This record gives sequence, C-alpha cells and structure tokens, in this order.
Amino acid sequence: MTEPRTGSRYEMQIDPAGAGEAMQERDYYAVHAADIEDIEEEDDLIGYVHSYEVGSTVDGPGLRFVAFLTGCLLRCQYCHNPDTWHKRNGHPVTVSRAMQQIAKFANVLKIAKGGITLSGGEPMVQRPFVTRIFRRCKELGLHTCMDTSGRLGARMTDEDLMDIDLHLLDIKSGDPATYEKVTNQPLQPTLDYARRLSELGRPMWVRYVLVPGLTDDFDNVQKVADFCGTLSNVERVEILRFHQLGSDKWKQLGLVYPLETCEAPSAELSERVRGQFREQGLTVY
Amino acid sequence: MTTTEFETPTLDAAPQIDEATKAAWRDFAPGNWQTGVDVRDFIQRNYTPYEGDGGFLEGPTERTTGLWATMQPLLAEERKNGILDVSQVPSDILAHAPGYIDKENEIIVGLQTDAPLKRGIMPNGGWRVVAASLDSYGYEPDRRVGEIFTKYRKTHNDGVFDAYTADIRAARSSGIVTGLPDAYGRGRIIGDYRRVALYGVDFLITDKKREKTELDDVHSTEEVIRTREELSEQIRSLTELKEMASNYGFDISGPAGNAREAVQWTYFAYLAAIKQQNGAAMSAGRLSTFWDIYFERDLKEGTLTESEAQEIVDDVVLKWRIVRFLRAPEYNQLFSGDPVWVTEVVGGMGEDGRTLVTKTAFRMLHTLYNLGPAPEPNLTVFWSPSLPDGFKRFAIKTSIDTCAIQYESDDLMRPKWGDDCAIACCVSAMRVGKQMQFFGARVNLPKTLLYALNGGRDEVDGDQIGPALAPITSDVLDYDEVMERLDPMMDWLAKTYVNALNIIHYMHDKYSYEAIEMALHDRDILRTMACGIAGLSHAADSLSAIKYARVKPIRDERGLITDFVTEGEFPFFGNNDERADDLATMLVSTMMKKIRKFPTYRNAVHTQSVLTITSNVVYGKKTGNTPDGRRLGEPFAPGANPSNGRDSHGAIAAMMSVAKIPYDDAEDGISLTLSVVPSALGSEAEQLERGVGALDAYFGSGGFHVNVNVLNRDTLEDAMKHPEKYPQLTIRVSGYAVNFVRLTKEQQMDVINRTFHGSLETAA
Repeated sequence: MTEPRTGSRYEMQIDPAGAGEAMQERDYYAVHAADIEDIEEEDDLIGYVHSYEVGSTVDGPGLRFVAFLTGCLLRCQYCHNPDTWHKRNGHPVTVSRAMQQIAKFANVLKIAKGGITLSGGEPMVQRPFVTRIFRRCKELGLHTCMDTSGRLGARMTDEDLMDIDLHLLDIKSGDPATYEKVTNQPLQPTLDYARRLSELGRPMWVRYVLVPGLTDDFDNVQKVADFCGTLSNVERVEILRFHQLGSDKWKQLGLVYPLETCEAPSAELSERVRGQFREQGLTVY
Repeated sequence: MTTTEFETPTLDAAPQIDEATKAAWRDFAPGNWQTGVDVRDFIQRNYTPYEGDGGFLEGPTERTTGLWATMQPLLAEERKNGILDVSQVPSDILAHAPGYIDKENEIIVGLQTDAPLKRGIMPNGGWRVVAASLDSYGYEPDRRVGEIFTKYRKTHNDGVFDAYTADIRAARSSGIVTGLPDAYGRGRIIGDYRRVALYGVDFLITDKKREKTELDDVHSTEEVIRTREELSEQIRSLTELKEMASNYGFDISGPAGNAREAVQWTYFAYLAAIKQQNGAAMSAGRLSTFWDIYFERDLKEGTLTESEAQEIVDDVVLKWRIVRFLRAPEYNQLFSGDPVWVTEVVGGMGEDGRTLVTKTAFRMLHTLYNLGPAPEPNLTVFWSPSLPDGFKRFAIKTSIDTCAIQYESDDLMRPKWGDDCAIACCVSAMRVGKQMQFFGARVNLPKTLLYALNGGRDEVDGDQIGPALAPITSDVLDYDEVMERLDPMMDWLAKTYVNALNIIHYMHDKYSYEAIEMALHDRDILRTMACGIAGLSHAADSLSAIKYARVKPIRDERGLITDFVTEGEFPFFGNNDERADDLATMLVSTMMKKIRKFPTYRNAVHTQSVLTITSNVVYGKKTGNTPDGRRLGEPFAPGANPSNGRDSHGAIAAMMSVAKIPYDDAEDGISLTLSVVPSALGSEAEQLERGVGALDAYFGSGGFHVNVNVLNRDTLEDAMKHPEKYPQLTIRVSGYAVNFVRLTKEQQMDVINRTFHGSLETAA
C-alpha cells in the first residue's frame, strides 16, 4: 500500500524483495515457517499486502476498501489467489502507511455506506497487523469487516473481535473429509470459531463456494446449512459460484490447477444449494 | 463573468396579452415571465417537485410500439448501407415539404426532410465536405448545387482557409490540434425551444424587434452592425418557423394551450434548428421540468391520462432518435456512431433548495424501457446528493438496465450557471437561452510533451511543426529540464489554438449563422471559447515516469526521440495517489492559464474541457511512443479517464483521482467513462444503494461527470461477432452514448480493452 502497483486481485503479484520462495511445486504447497510467525508488536508494525482495491461490491455491505493480505494455511483447490499463500510474497506495509491510504477514502466509504474489508490470504495469519488496522478504522468511524476461513480463529481475543463489525466466514464444506480434501486443513477450528462468534453475538455472513463435483454433494452442503441453522448471528448466506478467473495464476506459479476443466455451476444446482440454506430460515443470495 | 451587453435605452415594448394567450396561460401562477421572455421564472412559479418513485409510470401504448416497429426496417436498412437516403436540396427551415413516419399514428409530427431518415445537405458549412460525404455513400453530388456553393456563395470552410496561418495549417495536419469545426458545423448551441411553447412565435418576434430597435441609436460600430444584421436574420427565421409549422397544420403564432401542444411547439422549434444547422451537437436543453407543468395541468383538468402523457414523451423521444445528419468519413472517425447529441437534462436541484425532479423526469427516463435502450436522446441526469432518493434509485436502475444515462454534477454547475442550465453535447453547461459556446475541439497533450523533447519536431514524420527550441540531449530525462521545455511549447500551442478558433468562429458567424437557434436566445449573451485537451492521463503518467522513475530516451537516425526505456516504478494517474494526480491537475491548470492569455473573438470567456468523445482513438493513432509505456498508435484513454489498466486500485480510487481535476480550470467539463460488471451478490435494493453510494461519493468529492456502463465483456465480444443480434446495444463513451455495433472495429476493441473494474466482478 505504499505505492500503486499494476494489477488487481486478478493479477499475479509476488513482491520481489520479500519473496525468494522456491518455486518447486511441493515446496510451494508447504506452509512456510515465516507464514505464521508472530510479528513484533511495535508502533510501526509491518504487514504484508498483496493488493488493495476501493469500490468492491462483493466483500461486504456497501462499497468496500478491500486489502488482500498474504499468508494462508489453506490450500483450497479453487483458490483464485495462490500468490497470497505465502506471507512474504506480499508487499511490506507499516500500519501507519496503511492507515494513511485508508484514511484518504474514509469519507467516501461512509457516504457509500461501505467500509473496510481485510481479506486474503487469511488475514488472521497477521493478527497483530489486522487487529491494529481494525482498531484504527473504528477510531475513524469506519465499518469493519474480515473475510476469513476461521482456521486461525483461536488466535483472536474476544476484545479483538469487538472491533470487527462483520465477519465474512467461508465454510468451505460441511463434511470433515471433504473439507480436508478441498483445503488441506481440518474443518473443526472453523466451526469452533463460528460458534464462538455466535455466542458473542458478532454478526456474520456465511459464504459457501459452490464447485461442481467438489463441494456440491447434497449431504456436504446440508451439514453446513444445518450448522448455520444452529447459529444466531448469521445475517445472510452467500453462495459464491465457482469461476475460472484464478486459473492463470496457478500456471504462472508452475502449479497444476486441479480444477482446470471444472465449469461454473448451473443455475439449477445453484438454486438447489440456496434452497438447502433457505430451509434453515436463512437469507440466501 | 460578463455578458456582451449594449448600453441601450430600454424600450417599454411589453407585448400585449391577448385573449388567446390568456386562455393558453390559464391557471398558471403569474409573474415576470408574462411581460418579458423569462422561462425560468415561469418554471419556478409553476412546477411541481416530485419526490416519489416510478410506481406511477405506464408502459408503451400499442400505437407507440407500432410506430417504433414501423421504423425498424428503415433503421436496419440504414445500418446496412450507412445512410438510408439523401435529399440534395440544401436544407433549411422551409426547404422540404412536411414528412411523416405514419401520419395517422403520430402524436408529435415533423421530420428534417420529407421522409424519415432521409438526410439533408447543408453546404453553408462547406461544399467539399458535402461532396465528399455524398461520394462516400455512393451518391453523385448535384452539379448545380456544387456550382452555387463554389462559384456564387462562399462557405464557412472557404472563409476559414482564407484566413488560416501557415502555423495553424501545420499544427492541424500534424494532429497536435485535431477535429476543429472548420469543415463542419460547430453546434454546441442550445436554442431555448421552450420559448416557442410558452409564448408563441409572435410574442418572440415582437421581443426581437424591441431588441433591434434599441440599437437604433447606438453608433454603428462593426459589432453593432453585426448584431443588427443577426437580429434581422433571427426575426426572419422565426417567421419561417411559423410557416414550417403551418405546413404541418399548426398555428404556433400563439402559446401552446395544452401538454401535447407544448411538446409539439417545442419540438417544432428544435426541428427548425436541425433543418438549418448540421451542428456537431444539437442538444434539446432542459425540457422535462418545463413540460411537466403542462402535463400536471392537463392531468388536473382531466383532459389527459398518465398513459397519454407517457405516449407524448415516447413520441417526441422517438423523433429525437431519428435525427440524422450527412457526415463525412473523417467526421465519423472522430465521432463514431452517427451521434447528434440530442442532450436532454433531467433532475437537479433548484437554487431555492427544491428539487427540479418532476414526474416527467421519470417519464423521460422511462422511454428507455418503452422504446428500448438507444444512444439518443443523450439523457443526462444532473446528480446531487440532495436529489430525492426515489429518483436516484430509479436513475441507477435505468443505468443498470440500459447503460444509456450520463451523470453530471449539479452542485458544481448550479453555482456557476444557475439552475436553468443545460448541456450542449456531452459536458458543456450553459444557461439556456442566455449563453452559447464557440466549440473548439481539442489539442493533443502527449504530442505536445514529445514536441517539447524534440524541439518542436514531430515524432512521427520529423517535420518542424512547433517552434524550433533546443531539443533535450541528455541520456536520462530530467523532470525540471523537461518542464522548462514543455512550458514554451504549451505557450505556442495555446497561441496557435486560440488563433485558429477565433478564425473559425468569425467565419462561422459570417457564413453559417445559426439564425433560429440564436433567435431563441437573448440578444446579450455570454459566449465561451471552449478549448479542450486530449490524452491527459498519458501526459500525466509520462511526467510521473520522468519524475519518479528513470526514463532514458532512445533516438532514431534522424536524432529524434522516438522511444523510451523506463526503469523503476512510478505512480499512475487514477489511483488516488497525489504524486500522479497532482501532475494531471497541474497540466490542466497550466493549459488553461496559457489559453487565457490570448484574447478571443467576441470576447468569449475562455474555458476548456477534458473530453475526447471517440477521438481518443484517432489522437492515439497519430502520436508516437510516450514515456508512460503507451506505444505508438495506441488509443489514448478517453476524456479524463486513467490510462487503460493503470488504475489498479478499483473504481472508487479512479473516481477520486478524476474528481481532483479542478472544474474552475475546466469549465467546459471533465469526462469519465466507467465500465462496471454487475455484481451477482445481494438484493436489487442493495445494488441500487451501492450505485447511489458510488455517485454520491464521486460527486460529493468534486467529480464532474461520469458515464456508467454496466456490462460484461462476453456480451461485447459476442456483439462484435454477431452485430445483427444487438441492434440496440447501447454503451456510453466519453460524454455520449452509441450503438455499440455502429462503432468501427478499432473503437470496439478500444472499448473492450478499457478497464473493466475487476473489483465489481463476482469474487469466489
């Protein structure tokens, strides 16, 4: 966020200074030590940012300032930002620089009934950075939102969560085995996090990425829907239909894209899945 | 700002109000408007603001749908051949017999010639252009007409070239100045067509006679003589207007007595203008609030239903959609898709804080549903965060469904031009009936920068066009040195430019005077000299590269700098980054300052626009490699848009950058074209709210204009392959709308390659 860089979330970005990652496929899949290291809590704390965009309509209410942070433990087959897996692939930015950038838009974000969304990657990988940004944004009177898989939810204190007005929680599958197949990580931490948010009364939109042949199994969907039905904080469910926009990045990184031939879900299938959530009394888009 | 005003005794020649006029004005709140021409006063005292939603609107009647269907085969034929037919009788108010689409089924009548889509010729502008245009469509120019306009009657085009200097000719042919209205009508004049409906023609003739008589005792300077002659021409054209209407079976000597007459009278006045002038833009003005007063009265009197009111609006809009001019291939390159810019303003807030939105503003936008999307009329919403919410949402919904609306900042224009201003062409605001502009096309800023580097030599053909100043000889471009060279080059450009415009408009007044349009203006008006710039983002980004990165010039065998190697990163205009945005602002303000140094014809006030229409493609074609990485021949970004793909932080960041360009130094308008991909998430209400939020944010931050396209790439690509499937696909480009399928292939590619803001796509 220190200077404009070419490209949006749809363009591959690896910071040449920070990266130096081996590009062997096996290595790339690994979670690197640096990806989850704690960052020293000091005033000019550094975060790693893939890109940011202002004016997003798909990352929370209104028009959003969305920063895509780097670092993630999940290796989702449909990931459209595999260049955000490793934290050091991002562009280093201090909290104060990031806030300078955000503050420029504070007024228009308020007019447009939007706010700031931290996405990724997995924002909680950079918990100290993220919580500071949220705190400062609340001081500016901005609506705050975190787009997360919930995998690292245990890192967040209850106090941290008070600065997040809305969670966009991706629950990528309801069946634990399918979840692991899709993400290479266990499901339970996500469910625990969702439950905790519900108990704390923190608002949440659940997102479900619908991939034909991978996440569309009736029971797999039903388990997520049933679970959501037991929560008290789900304001809406968004069914995100799989698209192929991320495939180029996999190629550029020398990775085999597992969903090379996968097509977008049909309108029929999408409606079936929405219906499963609606039956739980949830608002679904 | 001052208008040209003559010191004259004011004669008390208030026209007598007869019984017929009293009947036509029944139930209107009285005021100054009754004793002298003052349409705004009439509107302010009589209009009904509307703060509701579009729930009251009615669909098209069978008659409307049938009439529009009658036009379809003709329109299809026209698309195939370029034009449908042409009349070689030089067009004027009375040149052609009345024409109809289907007389029995028309509510509002009047065509430019005796048949729909048959184009007239207007050789007062220049015979060569007319002949070339006819030629390009396979018509042989009429020899007798050719003889008249080459042997007996001088044209505007001939006059201009008699007075052009060598400097101007060179600048014109190198493309550093392009699109000058020296061979086509300047347009950008809006007659106050409402005056005819409110007063009738006789009242207006009496008023014009007063204006002329007042000059009798003023000493006959050249200026006074010219004004007297113009007033006589105006009076003559008003008489012709009355006769034209009479040929259609209407007596418009008195005021309109009901809504249908009000629309018909207004349209007749507009029709006379487009029979007389082939202007680059022939705008309608600001009619809906005015007409609404008549609709409201008829509805109250029980003589009109909502469906009938809509039908009248649909019918006049249908007429506007088939306005045609015969234009040359060179013109089409600059302004593609056969545009007329029948610009009609809806919305806005009044000076007293009441909204100027009426039900007829809704009816006007609703024509896009009743007749389907279309580029004309160029529907322009004056946006203010204070507009009623119902109207905001309705406008955004219409944008999403049709892509046919542009938005301009009511809050920037109202303080300068009042609440009865309208838009000529795309972004040029003017008080209706009280102001006109001398249209000045635009100059090429990136080329100017290249001239500064090359000592005034053209980077493409090597000719010495600008002043032979010392070229840059260093191996790495130094920002301060470049700015030192750019400054005198801009001085030269401004001087050459204003020089050319003075000549053009002197000759236009002399040989191709817009008598009927000016008859519907006051005598003492404000004139602006509307200069313009193209390629702003490329010039700003190039300077940014020079300032923040390392730019090495590459010289060819002629010693000319024709390419650049840029090392390091630099900020681009369009990311809300002050470093680049300040350079763009600096360029705009500097150019304006330089233009202001040179006195104008008729003391016009200097203004400029940041607008290219579709000429960004032609400008780019003629301009060499630029330090920002743009390659030779690549199109410029349109208007004030960031360069293609360089705005990498989303639509709002781009909008904030453009909003920084100061309107005070670009009073002829600053154009932004935005293509967004519809979001598939959330409810329709949320989508509308986001649209409203984006416009409130942009205009609240000082933005002036935005075209909004809600499209996806696949549709456009499919339309290129199968144009026949998309006859009505409308997109907005830099200040106007076009049928996508009528653009050239190059322009279609340019539109597609322009940034589709990914941030508004569905994420997964």
